[in-house]
Amino acid sequence: MSLLTIIGEALRALRLNRLRTGLTMLGMIIGVAAVVLMLAVGQGAQTTVNQAIASMGSNLLIVVPGATSSGALRSGSGGVQTLTINDAQAIANLASIKTTVPLITGTAQLNYGANNWSTVVTGVTPDYFGVRDWPMESGAVFSDANQRAAMRVAILGITTARNLFGEEDPTGKTVRIKNSPFLVVGVLAAKGQSLDGRDQDDSVFIPITTGQRQVFGTQFPGSVQFIMAQARSAEMMEEAEAEINRLLHQRHRIAEGMENDFTVRNLAALAAVATGAAKVMSLMLGAIASVSLLVGGIGIMNIMLVSVTERTREIGIRMAIGANRRAILTQFLLEALVICILGGLAGIAIGIGGAWAVSRAADMIVVITFGMVALAFAFASGVGIFFGFYPARKAAALKPVEALRYE
Amino acid sequence: MRPHENHISGKSLIKVENVCKTYSLESGIKGGGTVNSQVLFDVSLSINRGEFVAIMGHSGSGKSTLMNILGCLDTPTSGHYWLDGRDIASLTDNELARVRNRNIGFVFQGFNLLKRMTALDNVATPLLYAGVSRTDSRKRALELLHQTGLGKFAAYQPTQLSGGQQQRVAISRALVNNPQLILADEPTGNLDTQTSRDIMAVFQQLNREQGITIVLVTHEDDIAACTQRLVRLQDGRVVHDGGVPA
Repeated sequence: MSLLTIIGEALRALRLNRLRTGLTMLGMIIGVAAVVLMLAVGQGAQTTVNQAIASMGSNLLIVVPGATSSGALRSGSGGVQTLTINDAQAIANLASIKTTVPLITGTAQLNYGANNWSTVVTGVTPDYFGVRDWPMESGAVFSDANQRAAMRVAILGITTARNLFGEEDPTGKTVRIKNSPFLVVGVLAAKGQSLDGRDQDDSVFIPITTGQRQVFGTQFPGSVQFIMAQARSAEMMEEAEAEINRLLHQRHRIAEGMENDFTVRNLAALAAVATGAAKVMSLMLGAIASVSLLVGGIGIMNIMLVSVTERTREIGIRMAIGANRRAILTQFLLEALVICILGGLAGIAIGIGGAWAVSRAADMIVVITFGMVALAFAFASGVGIFFGFYPARKAAALKPVEALRYE
Repeated sequence: MRPHENHISGKSLIKVENVCKTYSLESGIKGGGTVNSQVLFDVSLSINRGEFVAIMGHSGSGKSTLMNILGCLDTPTSGHYWLDGRDIASLTDNELARVRNRNIGFVFQGFNLLKRMTALDNVATPLLYAGVSRTDSRKRALELLHQTGLGKFAAYQPTQLSGGQQQRVAISRALVNNPQLILADEPTGNLDTQTSRDIMAVFQQLNREQGITIVLVTHEDDIAACTQRLVRLQDGRVVHDGGVPA
């Protein structure tokens, strides 16, 4: 009997028992749909994390004041201000470092006309936007001259700009930060969420000198809250970290055995942790979904076993008129496989539909790849063969006489 | 030359020699072991091509067991069976399936048609197992249904047909692969007298006109009277082999 004929026979047998076939298939549909949906959500979460990581800027080290090692009753890092603009310049001269940006930051009230908005104001050098890989939506970055002269100029994040100016173009307008007038020289392009879920576009950037002297005020002249350092390449990250440690040790005159008054943080390591977590979540979702696929497979085996028993006489008749064991085995195996493949296809369609609905309803990123769909399909077929084989072999192993005698 | 081949004359289609059949039954009682029950004792039988033979016997006489062995559905516990010169005991499962498909046509008491399949597809199925395409199988099946007078019932399912019609479908199915041998196990057991006569007429015609060897099991004397030779079994032994009493 040709394979095509056997497939035809299998389809016919399945059509004869529509309700049972449908219910068996439902197990498969739910399993495959769950796998596709979970993979899509997991992959989406990974993409979200990767985007957040990419938005941080590449090869970044952050130098913060204070020690991480915990003695008795220490204030946390950043509790004291031990870093200065001069430290930042010295670090920038290291061989492994491309550029550095000193930062100070605080919260302030902004006014424009009748609107007011409270947001994070950050004092930076013009290099900041290059290091963060953050393009302008309109206008331009303030110049080094602006920076040296501590001029009152500001660059707005897009969220801040919208909240203060609505549809108006803020460039060239004047906002008041803590009641001092600042000229808006540019608006940044949208950056999205940071790893910790903060809206990075809800921000205002001013020259660090202006921030130190006029907005925040500092304990010591030239002190900064932290320093961002960009290594020349990903491979030089560790070397850069060591060099910064050595340099600041020297500059801050820290004797042997004394505790550091600064800490160097490697953002790449942080990113690796976040990526790893997203991957684990993705895997777990997939694993949970696979369980439902497994249950669906067991359902198929169950139904096929019942079907074999119910059709014992039919099997006997088929053997009497010339079916060999392989033909019987193939017939029942194909019935299981057809259920799985049809169920798998329906499950993939529902999974994709579900992923789309989730992305719409929960405003989440979901990613569906061809590989994912192929995996789900292969999984479904595999389940069909695996769980269909035992009942099919049972059918093929029946003895013709006994099968014929079965009532 | 294979051993025993010289036993077989050109005319002999079936040759059974000292066949015994013992069934082992698991005892229903736990730890009771198995109970052996012998059904056939040293049965020897030779049937020539073109013969029309009735096998009779009371229930439990072993006639169905003998039929199953002749039909290659079961194997003897000991003894030999040659069908058309081939030693059946030496065949594999697949070869046995092939013999059932090509050399033997079965007709059963309960018709044993495949449910929810049309008469046409029922008749065509053995051809599908023989590797013939679906189109060709159906063509050949339709020819046979026409021959047995069921042409216009081709699209009917077994449950929509009368007993006699179902048995004609079964006979068509038995004939579809041009077998040398038709084995009929109480083919009229479920039919009324008139229909039984009609069916027997079909068998006689097949035997007479196409020279097909037919072996049928029955317990009705008037059915056996339609055949040429009577083999009577009693308690697993052949007690009569010869002419049919009028």
